[in-house]
Amino acid sequence: MTSRIIRWLLASGVLLACLAVSAGIQAQTDDQVLLEVQALLVSPNAPDKTVAIERLAQADHPRALEIYALLLDSKLYFNRADDFLYVIDNVVEGAPALALLSQETSLIERRRDYRRVAINNAQRTQIRRVMAQTGLNHERMEVRVGAVQQLMGDLDQDALTLIREAYVSETHGRVRDLMAVALAIDTLTSGDEAAQRDAISVLGGSLEPRGRVALVRYVEATDQPRLKTLAEQALVGIDQQVRFYKGLETVFFGLSMGSVLVLAAIGLAITFGVMGVINMAHGELIMIGAYTTFVIQQLMPNHIGLSVLVAVPAAFIVSGLVGIAIERGVIRFLYGRPLETLLATFGVSLVLQQAVRSIFSPLNRSVQTPEWMSGMLHFNPVFAVTWNRLYIILFCLMVFFLLLLILKRTALGLQVRAVSQNRAMARAMGVRSERVDMMTFGLGSGVAGIAGVALSQLTNVGPNLGQAYIIDSFMVVVFGGVGNIWGTLVAGMTLGVANKLMEPWAGAVLAKILVLVFIILFIQKRPRGLFPQRGRAAEG
Amino acid sequence: MSQSLLEEVKNRDQVFSFLRPAEQPALNVDKQILLYLEGLSVSFDGFQAINDLNLYVRDGELRCIIGPNGAGKTTMMDIITGKTRPDSGSAWFGQTINLLDLDEPAIAQAGIGRKFQKPTVFEFLSVWENLELSMPSPRAVFSVLRAKLDGEQRDRIEEVLTLIALQEQRESRAGSLSHGQKQWLEIGMLLMQQPRLLLVDEPVAGMTHQEMDRTAELLISLAGRHSVVVVEHDMDFVRQLAGRDRTVTVLHQGSVLAEGSMEQVQNDRRVIEVYLGE
Amino acid sequence: MLWKLIREDRGGQILLAMLLLAIIAVPLLNGLPSDHPLHIPTYTVALLGKYLTLALLALSVDLVWGYLGILTLGHGAFFALGGYVMGMYLMRQIGERGVYGHPELPDFMVFLSYDSLPWYWLGFDSFWFTVIMVMLVPGVLAFVFGALAFRSRVSGVYLSIITQALTFALMLAFFRNEMGFGGNNGLTDFKDILGFSLQSRETRLGLFIASAVALMLGYLLSRYIIQSRLGRVCVAVRDAESRARFLGYRVENVKLWVFTLSAMMAGVAGALYVPQVGIINPNEFSPLNSIEVVVWVAVGGRATLYGAVVGALLINYAKTWFTTELPEVWLFALGAIFILVTLLLPRGVTGLLRRKEAV
Repeated sequence: MTSRIIRWLLASGVLLACLAVSAGIQAQTDDQVLLEVQALLVSPNAPDKTVAIERLAQADHPRALEIYALLLDSKLYFNRADDFLYVIDNVVEGAPALALLSQETSLIERRRDYRRVAINNAQRTQIRRVMAQTGLNHERMEVRVGAVQQLMGDLDQDALTLIREAYVSETHGRVRDLMAVALAIDTLTSGDEAAQRDAISVLGGSLEPRGRVALVRYVEATDQPRLKTLAEQALVGIDQQVRFYKGLETVFFGLSMGSVLVLAAIGLAITFGVMGVINMAHGELIMIGAYTTFVIQQLMPNHIGLSVLVAVPAAFIVSGLVGIAIERGVIRFLYGRPLETLLATFGVSLVLQQAVRSIFSPLNRSVQTPEWMSGMLHFNPVFAVTWNRLYIILFCLMVFFLLLLILKRTALGLQVRAVSQNRAMARAMGVRSERVDMMTFGLGSGVAGIAGVALSQLTNVGPNLGQAYIIDSFMVVVFGGVGNIWGTLVAGMTLGVANKLMEPWAGAVLAKILVLVFIILFIQKRPRGLFPQRGRAAEG
Repeated sequence: MSQSLLEEVKNRDQVFSFLRPAEQPALNVDKQILLYLEGLSVSFDGFQAINDLNLYVRDGELRCIIGPNGAGKTTMMDIITGKTRPDSGSAWFGQTINLLDLDEPAIAQAGIGRKFQKPTVFEFLSVWENLELSMPSPRAVFSVLRAKLDGEQRDRIEEVLTLIALQEQRESRAGSLSHGQKQWLEIGMLLMQQPRLLLVDEPVAGMTHQEMDRTAELLISLAGRHSVVVVEHDMDFVRQLAGRDRTVTVLHQGSVLAEGSMEQVQNDRRVIEVYLGE
Repeated sequence: MLWKLIREDRGGQILLAMLLLAIIAVPLLNGLPSDHPLHIPTYTVALLGKYLTLALLALSVDLVWGYLGILTLGHGAFFALGGYVMGMYLMRQIGERGVYGHPELPDFMVFLSYDSLPWYWLGFDSFWFTVIMVMLVPGVLAFVFGALAFRSRVSGVYLSIITQALTFALMLAFFRNEMGFGGNNGLTDFKDILGFSLQSRETRLGLFIASAVALMLGYLLSRYIIQSRLGRVCVAVRDAESRARFLGYRVENVKLWVFTLSAMMAGVAGALYVPQVGIINPNEFSPLNSIEVVVWVAVGGRATLYGAVVGALLINYAKTWFTTELPEVWLFALGAIFILVTLLLPRGVTGLLRRKEAV
């Protein structure tokens, strides 16, 4: 620990005088440091502030980064009466002021009492440098990466020295690679021919955008034809890889969009596909699932991560029950009359929408994303995927296979298939078709609720959430072939990827229109979808 | 499809085929055979519904077709009337009309009428209107829009009404008729259509014995002017229809098992095995 | 000749008589001094005119749903297209009076820095061209869509869903600025029609009368069709499609022509609607609108023609009342109507009035 501190001090070019007190600083508590820093920052002398910035760094103070950020954002003020530091967003009378040390909030009585802690440009540079330095040695890998990237934006000798120092002790491959790229960028302009050759090969093996920019500049500037060719080849290689990863990214986006479609449609694939019931309120069942997530988060505000997990079964039950109520109350009287079912369930959808508007207000509600779902998974500098999209894909596949299992392996599934293929015969065999209808509809509706949980993590939760998905869901089911759950999966994924493939040149809206038109034409050509059910039973 | 269309357009010494009105060649029964089914096969999801079926129906003949469930009787009718496309084989109406080239309305207009297993009439229309729509007259949308009944046509409808004994119910909705009356109405509609070939699928289901006798009488009287193909389960009825010398065809597993007079068929060992021997 | 069409149609006789009466009475009552108890204010005239155009739309839906069994969830698209065609004419009529004062380009085009009119805006300065297009544009779309759909025998629920997809796709398309139809905002700020100011009392009355006449003509035309043998073929197709085929009727052609005609009627309704409400925007394509029309027909009584008119007037009056008095309750009410009518009143309110017929 001590050796690390010493290294920082050397690297940042601090006066040796500070070295003498470093041992003492360690002994001091964090609060003492903070008091000292407060006194220094409140001082009208600019050099005192420089010392304060330094002190925070030396002490490896847990709140150092926070205070630096406040200084850079000019949000740190001091009260002229008590000489304490306050965090203030907006200096107006009546606005809150948060005491930096005690963390107590008071209200601003008079604007004149507060003065901003102003810093000059040299100090800003100093803060950035210290932040990078702290960052380079931070225990979390992501922070170290961020620090290197920040330094790469303004590579001067100091920055290079810092990186070189840190490179020696760095153990994580990704951070090392990034550092190597940073050093190579420098070598490209400063090193001898052999070093430049090495640098080109380092940069050629990396996808870091800044490395590519450096290579492009090098190609323009260099007068050594052999190295120039080498650099150009490296660039071609990089561009090829970038294109490949862009393609991969598109496919990934497509799959995640497809997963959303499949999730939204799969409940419908059961109610429409297996039971032949047109449920126009399907979208609203999704919406109810999303609102269930919202309510559960309100109930357990301190456990956001857990709340989403709780919401999955809860939404299944709530939407499932609503679905059963719809089946018992409306649809059961309309079996065999699909067009009437369509109209009646559309009425149900209007009622549900308005009910949600009356209960929760017509405004969108925001559902929080748990920490384990936010952030990104980095594969390399040009290809990173957000965790929530990745989870959606996995979640979709999970739900799909679970459903498949239920339909293929359980007694309920067997009865469902029996009733859907020949109701009269199934009844004759002792299947209680009414109960099966109810359970099937409940299952499809419950799955819609689960889709709502997933959607609440991607879009705003509002009364119109369901409407936005109902047409898409029908398209997916019809495209895939009614009565075929696998078809729904393939159709959803295909449409998702097709949409994302078209988006770059057509734009999101036009891509969607084109997909719709395509499906309309497709249904004309193959009215029974991609994977039709064939045979005499399907002819009727 | 697009390839052939392109060739069409390039071929400049002829009017494009899609601009030519679709003409049907006239029916030709020089060889006394009205219906040729040769080598027909069709399967649904691996189930071979029709398997190398060969069947010839003479002009003016009354032919009974029997067979156990799943023998392919209804599928065969579906192929003849254009509802189902066979995987292979050919179906000709007379020597000139290829049925596989035509769709259901065209086949109907060429002169093939069909009665379904379950009586299907237009339930919301009156008996009179049901018969009116069955009349052979131009079927193009605008001709239908301006069509009026002339005296001769009225007489014809009256005639059929008498024949099927529904004069009293002429203004009733077809939906309000009894099951047997619907069967009769459907037969009446077929008669109105004046087809050359009648396909009749289980005509006496749900009829009383008296009605059955009348139906048999009617069908027999039709033979000669029309060819009639009757698919039936009811053995008594088939015996009644086939008499001594009419041909009966036994279908089994999608192909013809035996053919001959009722007597021959009844004594055929294979037939007894699969069907009559139960 | 005309009398023959409605001789056996009691509801139709009453309806046409009422419309005739309205054509005479409404202008008279509107002309009364404004403090007179029977005075009809001009904005009410416009409102009544709007209802009549919606009734024409309902009529067109009843023709295909009631008699052909095609549950169209996209007729709003044809209505909106007719409306857009009329809107284009009205935009061209504004001339130099727009905010930007451009002699030829509508305001939104100046705003989006167009150099000249897009080709598909040409010709809409002529009223007669517009009248033709009002019927042609929805007609051609319906013809192409119908030719594809009916030929491949898409029917029942599938057809309903793709008609819904059609209007949804059109809505998305018209929301795009690049389409050249004013995007989000649509077409509005109209000034006059055939040289008459849209704000004036006389023009309002004229539009009201035109709507009433269009509804009467639409009614008689529909009646002509369903009275003919074609009408009986329609019912035959609705109830037993394959039977009709085996009788030699080309079901797809019957559906195609009636569907196209119905779309043209919807287009005319839209064209009369737009000058009376003063705006047309992509929301008119919203699938909800199209489904609502179906409910008007269901409420009035499917397959009666006059029932569609009654349903449209009833529900739209209720909508106007609710949205001013109890806006939160309207969707509950509409939803309840959807459910109750399908469950309890399959023959609509006019079915209650008619004597029980043998089913």
